[in-house]
Amino acid sequence: MSQQPPGEEIARRLVARASWQPLEVLFWAAALASIYVLPGRHLILTEIAILGLFALSLDLILGYAGIVSLGQAAFFGFGAYAAGLLAKYDLVTEPLLALIVSGVAAALVGFVTSFLVLRGSDLTRIMVTLGVALVLREIANRYAWLTGGADGLQGVEIKPLFGLYRFDMFGHTAFCYALGVLIVLFLLARRIVHSPFGLSLQSIKGNPVRAAAVGIPVNGRLVAIYTIAAGYAGVAGALLTQTTAFTSLSVLDFERSADLLLVLIIGGTGYLYGGLIGAILFKLMQDYLAALTPQYWPFWIGLLLVAIVLIGRERIMSWTKPIRALARRLDWRRSTTAVAVEGQRP
Amino acid sequence: MTVMLETIALEKRFGGLVATSNVALKVEKGARHALIGPNGAGKTTLINLLTGVLRPTAGRILLDERDITSLKPHSRVKLGIARTFQINQLFAELTPIETVALAVSERLGCGKNWWRIVGRPSQVTDEVVKILENFRLVDVMNERTAILPYGKQRLLEIAVAVASAPRVLLLDEPAAGVPEDERHMILDIVARLPGDVTVLLIEHDMDLVFQFAKWISVLVNGVLFVEGSPEAIARDERVRQVYLGETGHG
Repeated sequence: MSQQPPGEEIARRLVARASWQPLEVLFWAAALASIYVLPGRHLILTEIAILGLFALSLDLILGYAGIVSLGQAAFFGFGAYAAGLLAKYDLVTEPLLALIVSGVAAALVGFVTSFLVLRGSDLTRIMVTLGVALVLREIANRYAWLTGGADGLQGVEIKPLFGLYRFDMFGHTAFCYALGVLIVLFLLARRIVHSPFGLSLQSIKGNPVRAAAVGIPVNGRLVAIYTIAAGYAGVAGALLTQTTAFTSLSVLDFERSADLLLVLIIGGTGYLYGGLIGAILFKLMQDYLAALTPQYWPFWIGLLLVAIVLIGRERIMSWTKPIRALARRLDWRRSTTAVAVEGQRP
Repeated sequence: MTVMLETIALEKRFGGLVATSNVALKVEKGARHALIGPNGAGKTTLINLLTGVLRPTAGRILLDERDITSLKPHSRVKLGIARTFQINQLFAELTPIETVALAVSERLGCGKNWWRIVGRPSQVTDEVVKILENFRLVDVMNERTAILPYGKQRLLEIAVAVASAPRVLLLDEPAAGVPEDERHMILDIVARLPGDVTVLLIEHDMDLVFQFAKWISVLVNGVLFVEGSPEAIARDERVRQVYLGETGHG
């Protein structure tokens, strides 16, 4: 490798960070295939897509910028109520447009509260984010004339998507819609984390003192990603309202933030797929275990969590090594680049 | 000669402790200036004041006649002050390629770009190549920084600072902790820094100081004790007493 001209090797390495891996292609192919292969499961798949998007928002701040949050439900809930109110009062009737408006609104709340998480340690941040979510929940509870309070927001009617596709009771439209939104926002997140901006976030996570010493405005970058992540969470919340035509105080619950952290820990942080894989495992387990033992399913989730932490993610990852090695062998691009590199050697 | 970096009556107190007291330091443009002094003399505190990590209790700091006293660390980097750290401050999970690409991107103003892939435009790649080759990091450029040998980490520490193309480079004990057989690499790198870069070196290693510096300032108990050419400092009886004597039997 060292015989290669370093310039080309470095350029190749930098660009390779962002290249698509075969397993990624497989993942999304499977996701798209589920539209046709699992038509009877679209309701739970919609839930999974929404939870996955929500977890993606936490991964952006936790996995990349190192901001621990126990209050991501604040933005999820804000987006959920925004979408509900927009539909209920016919303010924005087209669902996709309402989704965007709700996401932007949640991002604004994220921007305003981001200044609270700039200072302090992880523990301070946990408390501050938790506090913001609690405050928002109580505000929603207090202003029942607007939010419906403990009864939830009644009378939400979601108009057809693009004026064409009605949200059906089997969740077909809902799943295609949620999956489409997830894919678009995932691609955007993938672009973001492989950009210089994304790299600077990773450097801030690793060592904020040095990051500032190479000229990175640490606080500005943290505000930016916190705002973006809040927007993602808001879109996830809005999707939930739109696909269920209902929202209630539970969207702002502490449990929602805590479960989210659980999802991300199950799937792993800092590689974007953790939230999605975690969401799939979490929802499927919840579904399966709840059918098995309706009252005790959190017991198994807890057991899994303890097992993951004790065994260690690296060891679990090493179990999937043969699969990844196989995927790499099947990678059609690798063989062509190897030949190209061979040809350039003197 | 023009003065590149200047402090005016700079003072820093930590409660009752005066770490920097009425320091009036002038570093000339293109200087090879060393700052020496016994342990606890306040050398690193002074660096932290110059780079904005600490806020002075009183006094001013001028960079090329511009007052930078109230500027944040990252803004000072943009104006051309870069530093290395006495204890490595690196990004453990990033590779040398990524670390240097990060600093170069930031300097070229594409650090906040969230749409392009790192390494495009190719100007970034060209710079990264030059720096990694200069600092002999090509052989380890794809390793995680956390697992690099200490000498390589030390080189990366300086490489990151140089990657921000500073006008003033503050080196805080670059050779600290580097094993004897790898020290020549550091000395070599320091000697080959571009001549138009103003360098302020803090160092305990007297070989390095006298090999490198054209001008030496001695700091004792937060006060600028004496300044002069290396020859004058080597002859100075008071310096021998407070400093050189101490290292002689240390």
